[in-house]
Amino acid sequence: MGLLSDPNRRKALTTLLTRLNTPICVVCYLAGIAWFMGLAFEPFTLRTYMSENAMGSTMVEERFPAGERALATGREFAGHKRKAGGMPVDWLVKTMQDRGLEVFTQSFSRTLPFPDENKERYMVRGINVYGILRAPRAPRTEALVLSAPCSPDNSNNQAVGLLLGLAQYFRNQIYWAKDIIFLVNEHDLIGMQAWLEGYHHTNISGMDYTPLQGRAGSIQAALSLELSSDVITSLDLILEGLNGQLPNLDLANLFHAFCQKIGVMCTIQGKLQRSDWDTAEGYTHAVQTMMLMVLKQASGRPWGDHGLFLRYHIEAATVRGVNSFRQYKTDTTTVGRLLEGMFRKLNNLLERLHQSYFFYLMPSLSRFVSIGYYMPAFGLLATILLLRVSLHCLNPDMYKSWMLQFKVICCSPLRFISGEGTEQGWRVLKLVALLYLAVLLGCTALINFSLGFILAITLVPVAACVTPHLPKAVSALAMVLLSPGCTILYCVFIFQELQEAPVSLSEGWMLFLSVISQGILDHSLFGSLVYPLLALLVYPCWLLLWNILFWK
Amino acid sequence: MGLGQTLCACLKGLNVIALRKACAVLMVVLVQILRSHWSLRRLSLGGGAEDVEKPNDVTGPVSSSEPGQSESAAVSSGGPVAAPVSEADEPAEAAAGGAVSPPDQCDEELVLRPLRSGDIYASFQFRTQWDTDFLHHGKKVSHYRLFPKSLGQVLSKFSVRELHISFTQGYWRTMQWGQPFIPSPPGAELWVWFHNTVEDVDGNWKELVNVLSGIFCASLNFIDSTNTVQPSASFKPLGLGNVTDHRFLRYATLPREIVCTENLTPWKKLLPCGSKAGLAVLLKSEKLFHSSFHSQAVHIRPVCKDWQCTSTAWELRQTLNVVFDIYTSGQGKKEWSLFKMFSRTLTEACPLASSSKVYVDVTDNPEGELFDLSPVTPLLSTAVVLGDRRTYSVYDLTKKETFGQLRSLNLVLRWKGESGDMLRPLLHAERYVAGFGLQTGEIHTLIYNNHPYRAFPVLLLDSVPWYLRLYIHTLTVTSKTRENKPSYIHYQPSKDRLRPHLLEMLVQLPPHSVTEVTVQFERALLKWTEYTPDPNHGFYVGSSVISALVPSVVAMDTNSTQERPLFSSFFPTKEESSYFVRVYTEPLLVNLPTPDFSMPYNVICLTCTVVAVGYGSFYNLLTRTFQVEEPSQSLAKRLANVIRRIRGVPLL
Repeated sequence: MGLLSDPNRRKALTTLLTRLNTPICVVCYLAGIAWFMGLAFEPFTLRTYMSENAMGSTMVEERFPAGERALATGREFAGHKRKAGGMPVDWLVKTMQDRGLEVFTQSFSRTLPFPDENKERYMVRGINVYGILRAPRAPRTEALVLSAPCSPDNSNNQAVGLLLGLAQYFRNQIYWAKDIIFLVNEHDLIGMQAWLEGYHHTNISGMDYTPLQGRAGSIQAALSLELSSDVITSLDLILEGLNGQLPNLDLANLFHAFCQKIGVMCTIQGKLQRSDWDTAEGYTHAVQTMMLMVLKQASGRPWGDHGLFLRYHIEAATVRGVNSFRQYKTDTTTVGRLLEGMFRKLNNLLERLHQSYFFYLMPSLSRFVSIGYYMPAFGLLATILLLRVSLHCLNPDMYKSWMLQFKVICCSPLRFISGEGTEQGWRVLKLVALLYLAVLLGCTALINFSLGFILAITLVPVAACVTPHLPKAVSALAMVLLSPGCTILYCVFIFQELQEAPVSLSEGWMLFLSVISQGILDHSLFGSLVYPLLALLVYPCWLLLWNILFWK
Repeated sequence: MGLGQTLCACLKGLNVIALRKACAVLMVVLVQILRSHWSLRRLSLGGGAEDVEKPNDVTGPVSSSEPGQSESAAVSSGGPVAAPVSEADEPAEAAAGGAVSPPDQCDEELVLRPLRSGDIYASFQFRTQWDTDFLHHGKKVSHYRLFPKSLGQVLSKFSVRELHISFTQGYWRTMQWGQPFIPSPPGAELWVWFHNTVEDVDGNWKELVNVLSGIFCASLNFIDSTNTVQPSASFKPLGLGNVTDHRFLRYATLPREIVCTENLTPWKKLLPCGSKAGLAVLLKSEKLFHSSFHSQAVHIRPVCKDWQCTSTAWELRQTLNVVFDIYTSGQGKKEWSLFKMFSRTLTEACPLASSSKVYVDVTDNPEGELFDLSPVTPLLSTAVVLGDRRTYSVYDLTKKETFGQLRSLNLVLRWKGESGDMLRPLLHAERYVAGFGLQTGEIHTLIYNNHPYRAFPVLLLDSVPWYLRLYIHTLTVTSKTRENKPSYIHYQPSKDRLRPHLLEMLVQLPPHSVTEVTVQFERALLKWTEYTPDPNHGFYVGSSVISALVPSVVAMDTNSTQERPLFSSFFPTKEESSYFVRVYTEPLLVNLPTPDFSMPYNVICLTCTVVAVGYGSFYNLLTRTFQVEEPSQSLAKRLANVIRRIRGVPLL
């Protein structure tokens, strides 16, 4: 610490930081962006590997034979669904009972704060049906969940059919050590939320539901299945859950391992893996995949039915069958075998999945970026804030009297209201804003890296540059363009672009509005934190910066 | 016990004596046959070898059983087959003359109950009675015949009055299977009443647990003070004696215990015939563990030898319950047979057993509409079991005609009708942990009373490990959305690392209701050496025990006058009005906050570095006041100052 306590060296450091502050900041910003873009470059990433011993070396054999029968069950289910105009509860209960499961139902109802226009629902009322396969000689302490949503339209019937087929096949096996819960949930996430809250006897979202009659101990892992066609070309794995939580990486590894073993094409973010990482296209592809993951994670909403499990410390993922009319086809039996294999390995688990990473980004299904690699990108951006803070602290006139400063900070709201603007006043205000933004972004990035990083990209330049002495009109325009609201708008466009479904400006605007309403709905239904974070914490910070710009 | 007293007793019950005499004759003959065939494996195994060699030594402890002694001598004389048989008449006569039944006896039975779900429940019970005067404390008992010596020694060494131990793999599904004959919680359960003369109960308990651990090849040695409790009301002695001072009771469960063949083998060795003859031939582990539920138990208690209780005996009951699953049995046909269940058939009774029977529950099947049972037996027996009048087909293995032409009994049970739902059991319970996160939680226990109009009280026993810190002020008991105040609460708070929480409550269950008992808890952060090798698996909390006198189903149907005179059915008869049930809830698996054991070193290093370098320097920078350094003092001045300081004079 000699560097800091020796007055001469300290002075040198101070002058360095003061004089070269802006260039260092620019370098940091560019380095942060470059680091982030470099994450997708294959030589910089790690190859995924199975960390959990219980799942790694144990061999399982997949023998599920009854794909055709499962499809027939699915068609039967579709017929009953059409007849009942919703969930065919009685038929499902009977079918599950015939397969030797303990069957229970749960009804729930929820009135949304305002009508959901995407899914056209306002008063939601539904029934979840679930059957528990009791493992032989197991004391009901551990369970696995396989769920399939019962969608109102004509999709997902094959998923329910396959779920029932697997239930029948699993019931005849002796090797289960954990109970398996087969859940058909109505109204996708709302039903899932009701079921999970019922299972854990909590009520965080103010939902009305009937208590569950049957339970099976603590749930170790869950898979949600979405399947809408008899044959599929590939299986897509969806990991992003509520508030950007991700399941343990071993779950993704397990899926990938079985896809490779059985020979099913597997994708993540709907993108196949490319082998040509050294070409520009290959690299762009990886960046696109990773960017999609970042955007999805930043949105903080559950991207599949699995997303709500993560809050309860249950590792979960959604497997979605995609039929893109390519040459390569996979039938339902193969999908069933894949799920069987995954469940058998999960059944072998001795502990909860905990060995592998919980914080990661995936540029492809076989590559991942761990928290230690992506955090520096954010760290470089956050450094800019600290550098600006130090610039203000090291400013000779501010530096001399710390006590005075604290007084000023305490009194600044009063001055702020009375409207007397001094040179020192805006500096203090900016100091506060910088520190506040640094803490806020730091905390956000720890919980949800993607959200923190995206906010940092837009807010950090604003916070770093803003002074009252800038040309007002231009800087005001720049600030509006870099406000959190506009950030969401850009994200919408980028997301559509990455998904290869570009939208026009007006469509994009409509999408933007629906994203915002969706965010508010997610907050009130599932407790997603993005909306309150932006509205109550980030936006006020931006307003502070706005005030500095218009300091009188 | 005087001989005259015995005589009086015998004169009062001549019928009984005649029966016993016949039994004695039969038994001794059987023993001879057995011995000639297999050189009486049991005697040499159970520690009877020394008795065989020194028959005269045994006079001391079994003073009351004169004929038994002579019989034992006859058995051990080891002469040609003819000679013992001729001698065998002698004890029979002695039994007639002395009017005392043979000393030890054993019975075996198997009950098969077809369950409505299509599954089948098989319950074995082996009862060995050991006529020894255990009340005379201090006498060394060294005569063992049928009773296993390993257990007998344990009983006398640790002054045990009653011992109940069970090993269970799986959870009894009350909702589908009804009540079991002998309930047990998942894992291992052990409860012991000690004699009230024992001074150091805890010491005896500790040693006993370790000895039993060796006998049953189980991890009972993990029972220590942190999972042992002394229930005040839930576990009363089941045998003779009305000692109810719970200082002499110890109760412990190990919910995590896995039960497998290594526990079955020592259990089988305790049987009089081993697994060589009788019903025990069916106990093949590859089939017993291919089932939905497996439970084996040993219950030892003092019982009366006769109905007047003039003398007492030890009763050893070995039970084994198993439920076979129709779905995983591999074949599509809904059919059960002894061979399919156990991959063996019955060919004989245990020669040492005085009775050997197979019962099949045919209550739901009076006209044969539900299933076909073959071979048919004319023998039917009716009994009130767990409050319900049940009818059983009886197969007596001691009779030759039971085995038919093939000389083997293979009961076949073919389902005809659709399997349906069981009658809802009147009492059942479930338990779960509510909430999420690793800080707090809530234990919910739901107790269902399905009786349509009768309320009854239940005793709830909860033993929770210390690392779940119960907030006992949050304890609520509600039924039908109203608070239900327990009439008796016994709560013993835990001590960290020493003893668990014990909560016992007497709760009245209103008719047709669900009573919910909730209590919140906080998860403790353990010391790093206290975590198990698999900390992320979670920690187990043993089952709650609910003991109740349940109004019986028989007493419920006041309308049915079938085959019963009207005058007999107005007041419910006492033995039918209610019955004792013990219900175990499922154990809980609770996750505690667990450090990431894989990288403590990295984490510690990183955190320490960050704190030291980052925080330290900033703190230093922010708080330090800087002063202009004065030029250093001369040596003379410093010396002068030192002297001045010693003198206490102000410095220069």
